[in-house]
Amino acid sequence: MLKIENLTVKFPGRFGDFTAIDAVSLSVAAGEIHGLVGESGAGKSTIGAAIIGLLQPPGFVADGKMTLGETDLRSLSPEEAHHLRGKRISMIFQDPQTSLNPLMTIADQLIETIQAHEDVSTAEARDRSVALLEEIGIENAAARIKAYPHQFSGGMRQRVVIALALCTNPELIIADEPTTALDVAVQSQVLDLIRRLAKTRDIGFLLITHDIGVIGQITDNVTVLRGGRLMETGPTQKVLRTPEHAYTKSLMAAVPPLDRKLERFLVPDSDIKVSDAPGLAAPASRSAADAEQWLTAGTRSVGEGLGMSGVTVRFSGNRTSLFSRPDAFIALDDVSMSVRPGSVMGLVGESGSGKSTIAKVLTGLVQPSAGHLSLGDADLPPARTRGRKDPSRRLIQMVFQDPYSSLNGRHRIGDILAEPLWHYGLEADAGKRRDLAAAILDLVGLSADAIDRFPHQFSGGQRQRIAVARSLLARPSVLICDEPTSALDVSIQAQVLNLLKDLQARFGLTILFISHNLAVVRQMSDDVTVLKSGKIVETGTSEDFFTNPQADYSRELLSLTPGMPV
Amino acid sequence: MAFFILKRLIQSVFVMIAVAFLAFSLFRFVGDPVSQMTGVETSAEDSARLREELGLNDAFIVQFGRFTNNMLHGDFGYSYRTRQPVADMIAARIPATLELGTVALLISLLVGIPTGVYTALRPRGFVTQAILLTTLVGVSIPTFVIGIMLIFLFGVQLGWLPTFGRGGTVQIGGWTSSLFTFDGWRALILPAVTLGVYQLTLTMRLVRAEMMEVLRSDYIRFATARGIPYRSLYFRHALANTMVPVITIIGLQFGGVIAFSIVTESVFQWPGMGLLFLESIRFVDIPVMGVYLVVIAFFFVLVNMIVDLLYVAIDPRLRVRGDG
Repeated sequence: MLKIENLTVKFPGRFGDFTAIDAVSLSVAAGEIHGLVGESGAGKSTIGAAIIGLLQPPGFVADGKMTLGETDLRSLSPEEAHHLRGKRISMIFQDPQTSLNPLMTIADQLIETIQAHEDVSTAEARDRSVALLEEIGIENAAARIKAYPHQFSGGMRQRVVIALALCTNPELIIADEPTTALDVAVQSQVLDLIRRLAKTRDIGFLLITHDIGVIGQITDNVTVLRGGRLMETGPTQKVLRTPEHAYTKSLMAAVPPLDRKLERFLVPDSDIKVSDAPGLAAPASRSAADAEQWLTAGTRSVGEGLGMSGVTVRFSGNRTSLFSRPDAFIALDDVSMSVRPGSVMGLVGESGSGKSTIAKVLTGLVQPSAGHLSLGDADLPPARTRGRKDPSRRLIQMVFQDPYSSLNGRHRIGDILAEPLWHYGLEADAGKRRDLAAAILDLVGLSADAIDRFPHQFSGGQRQRIAVARSLLARPSVLICDEPTSALDVSIQAQVLNLLKDLQARFGLTILFISHNLAVVRQMSDDVTVLKSGKIVETGTSEDFFTNPQADYSRELLSLTPGMPV
Repeated sequence: MAFFILKRLIQSVFVMIAVAFLAFSLFRFVGDPVSQMTGVETSAEDSARLREELGLNDAFIVQFGRFTNNMLHGDFGYSYRTRQPVADMIAARIPATLELGTVALLISLLVGIPTGVYTALRPRGFVTQAILLTTLVGVSIPTFVIGIMLIFLFGVQLGWLPTFGRGGTVQIGGWTSSLFTFDGWRALILPAVTLGVYQLTLTMRLVRAEMMEVLRSDYIRFATARGIPYRSLYFRHALANTMVPVITIIGLQFGGVIAFSIVTESVFQWPGMGLLFLESIRFVDIPVMGVYLVVIAFFFVLVNMIVDLLYVAIDPRLRVRGDG
């Protein structure tokens, strides 16, 4: 049905055209779910945008053929192309939070879309919308249709998005990372829905994702992309089980398996070090050994344990009346947990379960309303009584999820890394601070000339390495990693996880590893704690949890996680 | 919703008390009221008697209480200069200023929003660049220069429009309006354009910036991918989302227009509150200045209330939060 041959997309730039997509061919049949997989920058979304004719200017289709049925997509006039959008090709975007107009009701958005393509009365369009929402799995659709997008939860919103894409009965739907922003449970529901629609309505789906698990779970065929080039294509089972191309193989190796623990990840060959641009004088070469020596000199051989007992956190809700107190939202409910010294505790749960609140309580950013914290043998004062000079401020360090916003874009890497050194009074001499910064860059696998650059000159994975380096320079005994790899590609994720494992083994750090990705947690942690709605559901050693989960909720989580079809 | 309005009202009361306090301090502490009121030949006993009669010997807080109480009962005191009740003087001037401000606001919105949308939709077009350049000149020139230039061009050189006063006015109840006569409109155009030009530029640039931001958003891309007609895409989906932040600024600016119409009013000899304020300053007519302050603050508070309500009307997310 959809046929793409030798599609080439170029972006004109100052130094000639940049080829984003290089002679890619693929086809999607009616009722087929075709996966398009690759890491960021592979050009997955660009292909989707080219098909629907919404390439971001100045990008343009330079060569190739795209046909949908009998229609040649490249020869359409702008008006014809716009009319075809929605009518024959629809699209589903990644983030359901932002892809619906917040100021219009669901009904208005659906009715408008139907009427844009068909000459039907408003009442008829409304009836069809209600029927569609019911089919999609929204209960009480006749009443819910009058609601605004913010009145739906994330998963429900993605269903509404799917309904919008579907309401004009298109032949092809391009789904760009449709489940990336969703929890596993919701993800599996949405994937089921997509599979059902492909079958019952005979719609072709082009499913763009970076998640091999999703590909394995629902696609019929898969195309692997890298750097705008087609690496491998074929039936999903065949490509995933017996990959032929070297890149596919290494990509598969970088995916953390759910069913076993690997010592290290195999990493697809890529440039880890910053390319050695001339003109930037690297400071006196300091090696990882220097940094290691400095770190071990100040740290104990084994990090300290962390304890929480009976911790409760309440957030006050929005006030709705002058006379009654607003209902409090209980983020953590009587949580007790202990992390053994020098071990890695994995903290899992869906969004809103309170994982990040635990991190904030431990780092002293949120005041618990009840409970007791401890670090090693000593008490850990809660936020309000923990002074700026409290030693735990240094001993507990944090690595944040998004490496794009956790580094100050106006500071040079050297200044970012030196900050903990002078802030905690660890190194009085500015020259030594600079040497240490250079040394630690080597330790985390970046070249020393990175020291005079700015964060924007680095990729996500490199930035996360810098963030890890910064937290290490405080000579912490506890590292709290809040989703440290969820913003990264699998191969980069594998590198960062390897780095964290190495550092943990070398410096005996205690790590609280927060993630919603069970497979990653399996690779990293010695113990696992499962959190749901602010309560602890299960806690135990990692092996016990993954081989023999006790709580129903844990079993459900594990079964919903898309695994490799091996 | 009711709670939201109530909260806003309570906040407003505090703002007004603070302003009343400022106005009172002005009255009480800038110069001695008695020496302002009396001449050189007034005897010391008469001054003391006057002081006692006016209650100036009472405790500070008692005086402030009396001042506020009088204000609440519509008694704003008497002007030193004209010996008339200040309330009457202000009331006679309010219509002129409000009409001027409103027309200026309408001009800025009716021109500013469409041009803002246009320049956002064609960010690189020749017309867009020309508009942006012109408006840049527009903001850079001070209001009074624009006013004088307009007077020179349309009043003196071309002789099309009057250069001062309100022209023909119509009395409706206590409201003197120039909106119902051709002559009145002719007199209104130049000052309103002068006053509105700065706000116009601001509105246009704000709408342009917000609109470009909105056009990049996911829901606009999704709506485009669904083939929603461009007209609806731009004016129904994008414009409404653009206006949410723009309204705040426009509202604040409207308060400013009312308050700072002083310059325009003096250039065009427009008999509004601003001109009255200038005359009062010249004669150190402190009661009038104090009341002017309170009235302007009241307009600010009122406009902000309206902006908040508009917010709620446009954005359903706020509505639900208010309802709990």
